[in-house]
Amino acid sequence: MNCIIIDDEAAARAVVSHLCTQIPELDVIQEFDNAIEAIKFLNQQDVDVIFLDIHMPGFTGIDLVQTLKNPPKIVLITSDTDFAIAAYEYEAIVDYLLKPITFDRFEKCVQKLTKAIASQSSKINKDESTTDLTEDLYINIDRRLIKLKYNEILVVEAQGDYIEVKTEKKNYKVHTTLKKIKDKLPEHIFFHIHRSYIINFKKIIDIEDNSVLIEKNVIPISRSNRPELMRRLNLL
Amino acid sequence: METPNIKYIDEIAGDDVQFRNKFIEILKMEFPIEKLEYSNSIHNNRTDEGSQIVHKLKHKFSVLGLEESYRLAVTFEEELRLGNDRLKNEFQKVLDTIETYLKTI
Repeated sequence: MNCIIIDDEAAARAVVSHLCTQIPELDVIQEFDNAIEAIKFLNQQDVDVIFLDIHMPGFTGIDLVQTLKNPPKIVLITSDTDFAIAAYEYEAIVDYLLKPITFDRFEKCVQKLTKAIASQSSKINKDESTTDLTEDLYINIDRRLIKLKYNEILVVEAQGDYIEVKTEKKNYKVHTTLKKIKDKLPEHIFFHIHRSYIINFKKIIDIEDNSVLIEKNVIPISRSNRPELMRRLNLL
Repeated sequence: METPNIKYIDEIAGDDVQFRNKFIEILKMEFPIEKLEYSNSIHNNRTDEGSQIVHKLKHKFSVLGLEESYRLAVTFEEELRLGNDRLKNEFQKVLDTIETYLKTI
C-alpha cells in the first residue's frame, strides 16, 4: 500500500513514518507539512492511503477530505477524539489514531486498512464482471439491429468508411467510424491499440514485440499506445 | 511537578537507535520554535493563535510522558480559544521544564 503522511508537526510525521517502516505492506512515498502541497501531489499521483492530521493551521485535514473527489483510504491522526468521531461521516475514513500512537494500535489500524482496501477491490471486480455479462452493444446491419455482448467481441477494425466487428462466431461490417464505436465500448474491457484497431483486452492470447494475438488475429501495437498497454497488463 | 521522560520514544524505537536519535533531534529542533511562537502569541494577546500552538505542543507533552501537563494543555487550549489566558503561568512552567530536559538528552 503506497501511503503519504500529512502533518504540520515534524515529530508526529517521524512517528508515523517510523511505524510504517515496521509494516512491510506499507510504503511511505511522500511526507507533507501542509495539506495544500499534498493536494497538488495527489492530483498527479495515486496513493492507497493517507495518514492525515486533522488539526493543521489554515487548511485542515477535514478540508482536505472534502476537497478530494475520489479520496483514497484515510486514517486520521489527532489529539482530539471529538474531531475524529465527527469525521467518520466520510466514507473514505477508515480509522483514527490518537496521539501519541502506539505500535499495537497502529497494527490494528493497518488491519482495518487492508480489509477496507480488499473489500473495495472485490466490489469493483464484482461490478466489472456484472457489467461484462449484462451489457451489450447493438449494431445496425441492413436495417436490422443485432445485439453483440461485449465479451463476444474480439477486435474492431477500421476499414475506410466502415468498421469490421470481429466476434468469436462471425464478423460484421458496419457503416460507422472507429471513434464512434470506441465511445460506446467500456474502457476497462476495450483498448485502442492502434490507429485502426480496438481490441478486447480480455481476449489477448499473447503479446510479441509490436503485435498482440487475439484468437487468430495478429493486431499491430502502435508505438504511442504501447506504454499504456504495458501499464494495464498484470505483469509478473 | 511531573518529570519528562523518553519511555514512549524508547518503546516505539525498539532497537532502532538511529530512529531514536533522529526523533530526539527533531524534538530538540521543533520544540524551541513552537515555544517561541507560543510566547509571541501570548505576549501579543493573540489567544486564538496561541490556542493552535498549544495544540501542537501538547503532543510533545504526551510524547514526553507528561500526563498531567497534557491535561492542563487540553484545558488551556480550549480557554485560549475563548480568549482566556489564566493558565499561562502554569503552562509556562511546563515549557521551561521541557526546555531544560531536552538539553540533558
